[in-house]
Amino acid sequence: MSTNPVLEAARPAARAVPVRRAFQLREWLEREAVFSWLMLTPPLLFLLAFLGYPFCYGVYLSFVRRPVAQPATFVGLGNFVNLWSDSIFWQAVWNTFRFTGAATVLKLVGGLGMALVMHQNFRMKGVTRALLLLPFIVPTVLSTVAWQWILDPGMGMFNRILMYVGLVTQGPSWLGNPTLALVSVILVNTWRGLPFFGITILAGLQTIPTELMETATIDGAGSWQRFRYVTLPLLMPVIFIVTTFSIIFTFFDFQLVYVLTGGGPANATHLMATYAYSISMGGGQMGLGSAAALAMVPMLGLVLVAMSSYVRKA
Amino acid sequence: MVGELTWPRRLLGLWVPLAALFVFALFPFAWMAATSLKANAELYDPAANPMWIRHPSLVHYIDLFKETNFVLWIGNTMLVALVSTILSLLLGVMLAYPLARMRFPAAGLLAISVAVAYLVPQTLLFVPMADLINRMKLGDSLSAVMLTYPTLLVPFCAWLLIGYFKTVPRELEEAALIDGASRWRAMTRVILPLCTPGFLSAGIFAFTLAQNEFLYALLFLNTSTIRTVPVGVTGELIRGDAFYWGQLMAAALLGSLPVVLIYSFFVKYYVAGLTAGSVKG
Repeated sequence: MSTNPVLEAARPAARAVPVRRAFQLREWLEREAVFSWLMLTPPLLFLLAFLGYPFCYGVYLSFVRRPVAQPATFVGLGNFVNLWSDSIFWQAVWNTFRFTGAATVLKLVGGLGMALVMHQNFRMKGVTRALLLLPFIVPTVLSTVAWQWILDPGMGMFNRILMYVGLVTQGPSWLGNPTLALVSVILVNTWRGLPFFGITILAGLQTIPTELMETATIDGAGSWQRFRYVTLPLLMPVIFIVTTFSIIFTFFDFQLVYVLTGGGPANATHLMATYAYSISMGGGQMGLGSAAALAMVPMLGLVLVAMSSYVRKA
Repeated sequence: MVGELTWPRRLLGLWVPLAALFVFALFPFAWMAATSLKANAELYDPAANPMWIRHPSLVHYIDLFKETNFVLWIGNTMLVALVSTILSLLLGVMLAYPLARMRFPAAGLLAISVAVAYLVPQTLLFVPMADLINRMKLGDSLSAVMLTYPTLLVPFCAWLLIGYFKTVPRELEEAALIDGASRWRAMTRVILPLCTPGFLSAGIFAFTLAQNEFLYALLFLNTSTIRTVPVGVTGELIRGDAFYWGQLMAAALLGSLPVVLIYSFFVKYYVAGLTAGSVKG
């Protein structure tokens, strides 16, 4: 928008200056950088205040000892040293790795299978997809409560069915036995996350041109060869991103374990997130809890580095 | 796929695995429904067939409405989800529009920061966040979650919208500018209306995420009347070691209903939001 010379000339000279200034302001606002930063400032301030600041404050907290409602004392790396010699913390770390690893593999394999099954022509495909995605839609806490009831040792669905068909006289204590409890937690996470893998990989499958498949068939490739040498390589980018996402969210998972087992029995299912919660909110040790939460970042970094180097090799 | 399969192969390759997937994905809902419709006498009768309902009863639903604040929890959940979704969409647009369509220094760096912010979970921040909210004197109020949920939702909305904004050709905006529209007008009258599907995807997805949130709600909502469904259900229907399974399942089913209803109307947009990050990126 440039100033209009005709209008400009028609105005008395004395009023020309403020009008010019107004036009300049408008021109200034039209500059890409100015417009951009005016738009960006409110959301960035919000994110800095409620995401950036808490993060920095959390880092600070991890270096102090601060019981609830008492002043903080600086302890340096003391919190991390305490965690290092805390056997429950290491158990939580080990559980987090096992939980994330097993659940991710199950979700990936199951999701790939689900996508391949869904990538065929059949009626009511849209409805099928919508229904199979339900476990992912329903609020996690609510479906986890249902699972707690399914796994209930006395009257839960699993044991009732086992007893009803006469397989056992007394079903196993799914959430009371340390090994079974971890298996149960992995099972529930898989149940919830598998459709996410399935639907996303299906969307990836649908972007593969059918001509490629036809060409491969004409060249004499069987269905396994088509899958191995055409489908899978083309799906790799999608699989990589979905898996990375899932690993991150599974690694930081809190609500599933908090509701299903509370970390028990005897810390057998404590994840780093639930342990950090129990230290800080249950034990009132804000500094130590913050350190335990932050310790998840390098651990997750390890997982992601390992995964990307594995993918590069494959 | 290529060619028509014969029926035994179609049975083994499609119908059997599809049936298995259905059972795996949906049996917990059947179990919820069956449990919620049985009175305690039948529910805890070891001789009864667990998957059958002999005497359907609404007693658990009635108790849920009469004895607990369930109706309030549903209202709170909807209110919080709605407010935080609208707030997040608004801030998300302000973040995404310049990053997707403008050229200025630091744009690339900011776009990466948004992606990283999306991956920061509440598990990492809850200790300092609890402290921050308490110092702001917002503890035990719905404002606390309305303010903290957008920290999860804004980066997500922005990230998804950046992808949508990029699909609109630059020429449209340039044409509007040449016709004398300001950047603001070009944005609000030309570009944003074209991105309605993007807003729907981001909005629906953010809405379900907000309904699903648990950790901040657990930290900040202590009074029964201001709780959301997940916190209310786990905090008040499980009392010590006593599980009111009938009521719990009724609550789980009813609490899921709003999300499922909205989802069923907008499945297309939800799936678009779900897959946008991984398929396009």
